[in-house]
Amino acid sequence: MNIFQKLTEKPWLANDDLALEGNSESLSSSSQVNTSMPAKTALYFFLSVVSVLFLLFTITFLSRSQAVDFQALAGEPWLPFSQPNSLWFNTGALVLASISLQLAVLFARQQKTSNLLITLVLATIFSATFLIGQFSVWQQLTLNGYALNQNPANSFFYLLTGIHGLHLLGGIFALVRVVWIYWKKSDTQSLTYSLKLCTTYWHYLLIVWLFLFALLTATPETYRTIALFCGF
Amino acid sequence: MTHTAIADQEDDSHHPKSFIGKYIWSQDHKVIAIQYSITAIAVGLVALVLSGMMRLQLGFPDQFSFIDPSAYLQFVTMHGMIMVIYLLTALLLGGFGNYLIPLMVGTRDMVFPYLNMLSYWTYLLAVIVLMASFFVAGGTTGAGWTLYPPQAILEGTPGADLGILFMLISLAIFIVAFTMGGLNYVTTVLQARAKGMTLMRMPLTIWGIFIATILGLLAFPALLVSAIMMMFDKLLGTSFFMPAILSLGEGVDHSGGSPILFQHLFWFFGHPEVYIVALPAFGMVSDVLATHARKNIFGYRMMVWAIVAIGGLSFVVWAHHMYVSGMNPYFGFFFATTTLIIAVPTAIKVYNWILTLWRGNIHLTVPMLFAIGFIFTFTHGGLTGLMLGNVVVDLPLSDTYFVVAHFHMVMGVSPVMVLFAAIYHWFPKVTGRFLNNSLGKFHFWGTFLGTYAIYLPMHYLGFLGVPRRYYAMGNTDFIPESAQALNASITVSAIIVGVIQVVFVINVIWSVFKGKKSGHNPWNATTLEWQTEHTPPRHGNWGDKLPVVYRWAYDYSVPKVKDDFIPQNVAPEQVIMMDSQDTNNEEKT
Repeated sequence: MNIFQKLTEKPWLANDDLALEGNSESLSSSSQVNTSMPAKTALYFFLSVVSVLFLLFTITFLSRSQAVDFQALAGEPWLPFSQPNSLWFNTGALVLASISLQLAVLFARQQKTSNLLITLVLATIFSATFLIGQFSVWQQLTLNGYALNQNPANSFFYLLTGIHGLHLLGGIFALVRVVWIYWKKSDTQSLTYSLKLCTTYWHYLLIVWLFLFALLTATPETYRTIALFCGF
Repeated sequence: MTHTAIADQEDDSHHPKSFIGKYIWSQDHKVIAIQYSITAIAVGLVALVLSGMMRLQLGFPDQFSFIDPSAYLQFVTMHGMIMVIYLLTALLLGGFGNYLIPLMVGTRDMVFPYLNMLSYWTYLLAVIVLMASFFVAGGTTGAGWTLYPPQAILEGTPGADLGILFMLISLAIFIVAFTMGGLNYVTTVLQARAKGMTLMRMPLTIWGIFIATILGLLAFPALLVSAIMMMFDKLLGTSFFMPAILSLGEGVDHSGGSPILFQHLFWFFGHPEVYIVALPAFGMVSDVLATHARKNIFGYRMMVWAIVAIGGLSFVVWAHHMYVSGMNPYFGFFFATTTLIIAVPTAIKVYNWILTLWRGNIHLTVPMLFAIGFIFTFTHGGLTGLMLGNVVVDLPLSDTYFVVAHFHMVMGVSPVMVLFAAIYHWFPKVTGRFLNNSLGKFHFWGTFLGTYAIYLPMHYLGFLGVPRRYYAMGNTDFIPESAQALNASITVSAIIVGVIQVVFVINVIWSVFKGKKSGHNPWNATTLEWQTEHTPPRHGNWGDKLPVVYRWAYDYSVPKVKDDFIPQNVAPEQVIMMDSQDTNNEEKT
């Protein structure tokens, strides 16, 4: 049943047209016994919460970018992100982390434990590389005189990458916890489910990062166009 | 099967083992609900005292030396923030949401009991940080509950150094706690319902809490974003919200930031917050009315759709709090329109409550009195809301006592009336005992009439142009002397109402130990929480077998049936028909 049918059913007549047999059938067929369903639902809701968070940051960014004192970090050739090589390197690390986790799910399903271990370690290393890489970008920026409080564009760069990094850090903790639980209970099926959820989270964070990357390294002209389009 | 959730598995890994496991670090939703409720009510009593001190200054200016202008602003700020977030949101969702969701949808616990426990302790941490701000140098922030920059973090505002930081940190912690709890409520409603409990068989209480939780999950990030960015401005010298400005004769280090941006973010959270508080109240009052009027709720589907519609609309009305911020007139026009549209589903609900009472077998119990009182206060506050929703009416009335009267009627008094109705209604389930009836009636009439004595005159003060948040009126020509007499009478009423709440607290404490025993289902209600094997329900709620749901939540006074109610878990063939009538079970089913 789709959601509209569900919301238009007449519960006071339920005994007539929704005989209990049909009812319980639809209940049991709509989702198989699957202990990770709640976790999956919760993850999707959590991802929507995080999306709202980044959406609102983006809107404040676009609105603030139209102030006169806003100096974008890209555009003119001497600006730090006109050639964002370091950021491309970090992006590569995050892509590799996502791929490793995807492989880990595959190996977990096939119960190839040694391969699984290697991919998990790789995923963690690539994620850590990304975080360290982002941190070194911060250091480079500060050294080159683009400090946090120098300009709103800088503030937003540190803020958005920082929030994104914190989410990835949280993901790493979750991943370690998943492995730890597997270590204690060695339940492959629940490991596969949990790894799947981790992988979804990593892919999601990769998409968010690609979006932020595009946003933070765009030129002032782009901001002006988007802002005009949004009516700021 | 959808109802096989994590909390419902055979292994009893989260069964409590010791006193501490059972009552302190408990993962049982009922214990967590009580922890949430007690904490929220305790901190709410602090906010009640703060409002009393505010009123003392307003009613009898300069009589009390301990209330200087800074202290007054701090009382105003903390009263608002505590009441809206730490009392109402926490009590309605953390308290009642936690207690009622698993019992009403027929599951053993929340789907993530550990996360649920963590949610409470994180909430407690937020409350402790908030309370700690009373004791730091400079005291709490006095920026008003809206915390508008630039004044919130500039010298000259009380608590601009540490108070505001504690406030922002506490809010951020609260949002983390709420998100953990909220994910639990939503997932439990979606994934852990008992067999036969379709979405449209859920009691309206669950619908209200469910939609309110989704609103909270999507709205609180806006507050988090503004809190984080304001902390950056305060601590790290960024200029997200801070413009170039002279403070105490000196230029600040900020430039170019937009305070209006903060207002947009704040109210993008702030307006849904009104409905985060109101929707669970709508739901609970519907169930109380139907149960005590022995009648099915009128227009159940409309009630559900109205809840969903209000939830959706609540995200596109926020700027009606900002008509005076100098916005584009078209912008104001848009938000005035959406604001007035939201009155349509709200009015549907009010009509349906009244039609539920129409020709019902009304039992004037204490919960019913509070529920009927709610219809009065809510309609009253809602109508003044329609006035303020219009830009031209709002401009002269903005920041006067008319606004104070409006939002206290609609989101202060009304949800509190429902909270009392709910406490008197569900107390027998939580403790197995009734609250004292005479004290309850005294509490109701004192609170109901008292709040009118407080807020009705405030509308008039607002028309006179008395501004809100002012420590003293000074020499203002357009405000007559008699306004002061009115203020004094409001203060006396407020203090009487405040003292009457002590009667309620005494009633609760006394009744926990000495109240009249209530039995399993004292109100003859149909919903699942009254059908548990034990009262109060034990850990796991349902004994060996989970309930199976055969009907909607409002089978009251069904024709030809012997009792005037049929619980949701009674199968059609088990329904006992009237003796004198033709007892043909087939006809019923």
